[in-house]
Amino acid sequence: MSEHSAQVAHHFEDAEQQHEASTLGMWAFLITEIMFFGGLFAGFFVYILGHAQAFAEGSRHLDLTLGTINTLVLLGSSLTMALAVRSAQQGRRQGQVLFLILTMTLGLVFLGIKGLEYAHKFEQHLVPGPLFRMEGPHAQFAQLFFSFYFAMTGVHALHMIVGVGLLAWLLVNALRGRYSAEYFTPVEVSGLYWHFVDVVWIFLFPTLYLVARHA
Amino acid sequence: MWPQVTHALRLIPEQASTIAGQVDALFLFLVAITVFFAGLIFLLVAVFALKYRRRSEDERPKAIHGSLVLEAFWTVVPLGIGLAIFVWGAYLYFVISRPPAAAMEVYVVGKQWMWKLQHPTGQREINELHVPVNRPVKLTMTSEDVIHSFYVPAFRIKADVVPGRYTNTWFEATKTGEYHLFCAEYCGTSHAVMGGRIVVMEPAEYERWLTGGVSTESLPAAGEALFARLACNTCHKTDGTGRGPSLVGQFGQTAKLASGETVGVDESYVRESILTPQAKIVSGFPPIMPTFKGLVTEDQLLQLVAYIKSLKTDGQAKP
Amino acid sequence: MSDAAHEPRQHYLNYDYSVRSWLLTTDHKRIAILYLMSISAFFVLGGVMAGLLRLELLTPHGDLVQAETYNKLFTMHGITMIFFFLIPSIPAVLGNFLVPIMIGARDLAFPKINLLSWYVYTLGAAFTVVAMVTGGVDTGWTFYTPYSSTYANSNVILAALGVFITGFSSILTGLNFVVTIHKMRAPGLTWFRLPLFIWAHYATSLIMLLGTPVIAITVLLVALERGLGIGIFDPNLGGDPVLFQHLFWFYSHPAVYIMILPAMGVMSELVACFSRKRVFGYDFVAFSSMAIAILGFLVWGHHMFVSSQSMYAGMIFSLLSFLVAIPSAIKVFNWTATMYKGSISLQTPMLYAFGFVGLFTIGGLTGLFLATLAVDVHVHDTYFVVAHFHYIMVGGAIMGYMGGLHFWWPKITGRMYSDAWGRLAAIILFVGFNLTFFPQFLMGFLGMPRRYHVYPPEFQMLNVLSSAGGAILGLGYLLPAFYLAWSIFKGKPAGDNPWGATGLEWQTPSPPPTFNFEQMPVVAEEAYAYDATPEGHRV
Repeated sequence: MSEHSAQVAHHFEDAEQQHEASTLGMWAFLITEIMFFGGLFAGFFVYILGHAQAFAEGSRHLDLTLGTINTLVLLGSSLTMALAVRSAQQGRRQGQVLFLILTMTLGLVFLGIKGLEYAHKFEQHLVPGPLFRMEGPHAQFAQLFFSFYFAMTGVHALHMIVGVGLLAWLLVNALRGRYSAEYFTPVEVSGLYWHFVDVVWIFLFPTLYLVARHA
Repeated sequence: MWPQVTHALRLIPEQASTIAGQVDALFLFLVAITVFFAGLIFLLVAVFALKYRRRSEDERPKAIHGSLVLEAFWTVVPLGIGLAIFVWGAYLYFVISRPPAAAMEVYVVGKQWMWKLQHPTGQREINELHVPVNRPVKLTMTSEDVIHSFYVPAFRIKADVVPGRYTNTWFEATKTGEYHLFCAEYCGTSHAVMGGRIVVMEPAEYERWLTGGVSTESLPAAGEALFARLACNTCHKTDGTGRGPSLVGQFGQTAKLASGETVGVDESYVRESILTPQAKIVSGFPPIMPTFKGLVTEDQLLQLVAYIKSLKTDGQAKP
Repeated sequence: MSDAAHEPRQHYLNYDYSVRSWLLTTDHKRIAILYLMSISAFFVLGGVMAGLLRLELLTPHGDLVQAETYNKLFTMHGITMIFFFLIPSIPAVLGNFLVPIMIGARDLAFPKINLLSWYVYTLGAAFTVVAMVTGGVDTGWTFYTPYSSTYANSNVILAALGVFITGFSSILTGLNFVVTIHKMRAPGLTWFRLPLFIWAHYATSLIMLLGTPVIAITVLLVALERGLGIGIFDPNLGGDPVLFQHLFWFYSHPAVYIMILPAMGVMSELVACFSRKRVFGYDFVAFSSMAIAILGFLVWGHHMFVSSQSMYAGMIFSLLSFLVAIPSAIKVFNWTATMYKGSISLQTPMLYAFGFVGLFTIGGLTGLFLATLAVDVHVHDTYFVVAHFHYIMVGGAIMGYMGGLHFWWPKITGRMYSDAWGRLAAIILFVGFNLTFFPQFLMGFLGMPRRYHVYPPEFQMLNVLSSAGGAILGLGYLLPAFYLAWSIFKGKPAGDNPWGATGLEWQTPSPPPTFNFEQMPVVAEEAYAYDATPEGHRV
């Protein structure tokens, strides 16, 4: 490991300390994100206990096909992200660029499909608020389900957008050859972030699309 | 003796309920503990500051790392005291939270910024509650808008009044007189003036008060009239031949639901069944009851609850 | 290392005086000063509001301000003091300044994120100030639903967003501290050689990381509910208003430990230095900080004993609340024992330490009253609670902050203030504080509810006492503003170690150079090695 190379910040003793600090920092940040989403999941589970049928009704209005496709898309993007990190680790610039672009593309596909789902919900009058309309006796509490649906997937989508932005920044740097076996920390911690956003979806999808449906 | 003295000294409110003296005794114990430990610390700090004051700049006291024995001591002793206080407080809380079975029921609706109270015999009060002394009174309460809280310092009771559900508290007044009623959960502009008084009377005087004034129908009677006016009786026939279950003798029982679970038929279940009937359908009946949300006020809901409560097995409403 | 030989010397304050160098700094010491300016401004704002509240409460009638105005005043007093003064105070000022130096590092792990945290704080503050000047908020700092989500007619969304944004400042600070303490300690500085100030900030940072996101999502949901008309907490739409309380207090209870743990960290440093003795039971004090942080997450329901939560939940929360009191008691006993056979000096910082011990002890013990279920039923939402938390927050946390400020002032500024004025102010504060808040315990038990702008006349005498005390308290805070500011220009140069204290921060010049140490230190002894012979520990 080179001491105080151009890429070690002045307040760190060496590259190893910088790398460890950056990684621990990202893990600490991800734990705060778990608590952030955790609040939403906690609220959701409190309500589904009391309104299982209404939530099942609401969940049945979600597009299971699109949701499943999105899950596969996101899982794929985690694979390409891991490959991007590996390429950076091996100092292979072409690999980095390719896999970063692939990850971004899959991320944007996910967001596009999500947008499509939202548009459908808008047409079906299932967006909570004054325009909400649903047939049947469970409408009142089903609206509660949709409030959580939009809050949870919306916050998740925001995190995805930030993630895509991060990837764009990484891409620019990768094209400039910034990352190598000596220094690939930004790619690694961004990878951690991306995987986390994927994991949140792994919890969101079953919760909203599967569990609720059969409550 | 001491309650009167401390009340005269304006240190405690009047003790006007069965629980007040017990709460105060626990409070006094806590005061004693506080005075003891705070006093001990103050004393030690003062003594040490004086006795060990720095006499020269070169002083270099010997390091004392600690003492496992002391740590154990001042961990275990406070823990023991704390647990004792916890148990005492939890026991009293248990009593405060469980109204006696034969309590007189009063229904309370809080709204911005007033209290509406209904006696089962029909009397309605605004911001005032007349009750007889030495009789347990159970309050069943809800809010029409935001969270309020029903607080009577002299009785040492308080319970939040929450929209969308019923909450309970109870008291047994032990002294006649008038006592403050305060709203104790911030509820908007006029929160501070959303108060009133509890008027505790001798039983004979209370009876006189009940019969005086404008004669109004009892809560169950009002509920019965509403039950007919809203056509509840077309499905909930008392002989059980209707599309809905007969409600005779149901209050206080457990009902088996279509989902297989059981539910206690209490005030909350009755209210829920009127507002969101599909939530807990009784087993064996079709899910066809319409909702009455928006068609009944909280006061009317309490009248219906009182009516259904009164339906004993002979199908007659009790006053 | 005398100061005369180094004049004029370049240090973190004088190397560049430009505004740009301050606003774009990544030096943790300068960022600490930026926070000092911000939180002091909000302290004044919150204090003025408190003054107006106490003025109104001199009489039982609402004759100073209208009910709505009063409600906005107490709301904004709470929001300002909690989110914009107390929560940042010690960590963002003293923590930012001292954590790297105390562990022998050149800066925190993420200096740019440190600067970002100040800008995030400022943005959140801007939102909140706009909320205040364009009509105010009147929900109480607790934002209970459905009042806040549906019924209030004030700037709830703006204020909620202000709190939301500022929360991230807290999260970033906590993140920085955790990583720094884990990864950047000087050689030889093992965990159990760390100053207890560091342990306290580590525990605080854990709470900041784990708790703050929950209030973030909670206020966000309130803002969404209010702005978009969706029903999360609205019972008319099937929502549960009490769920809000659970989510809110899940953070807001640990938040009080964010406010007190750093002050306890200061206490350890002060008591050790001014007794010239190592802290008695070091291990126990360190572990107590961690125990408070962990147990603090398990007691939130003690704010909800009368909320209609189940009786059994109440019992569990009450039991756990008694448990969380124990580590705090352990600390108080250990600090007291530290003084035993010490060499006690009664300079200003030590007076603040005494104030802390006395007032925190009372505040903590009155917490037991509130943990006791049956008693809390009576005193919940009365002035008893107000008195309790002011004893802890003002008598504890702010005394700790003031003590710390006075202790490290020479290190931060290179100047000494007048100890005579310092001691006078500390005594005035102590007297003023007790006169303001002790009557409130009595008021509360007598039944006076909180958040009332008018009250029954029998409560007037106690209110008058409390308001009189408030005036004295205000004077007590005004004095340091003057003599501390004066010392910057006219104070005696302080020297590296005016107190004769141990700790790495006293081994470097006052004020420190930008990168903290001329030579990075290596640590070979325990913390608070006051009995060691090397001359380096003396002035």
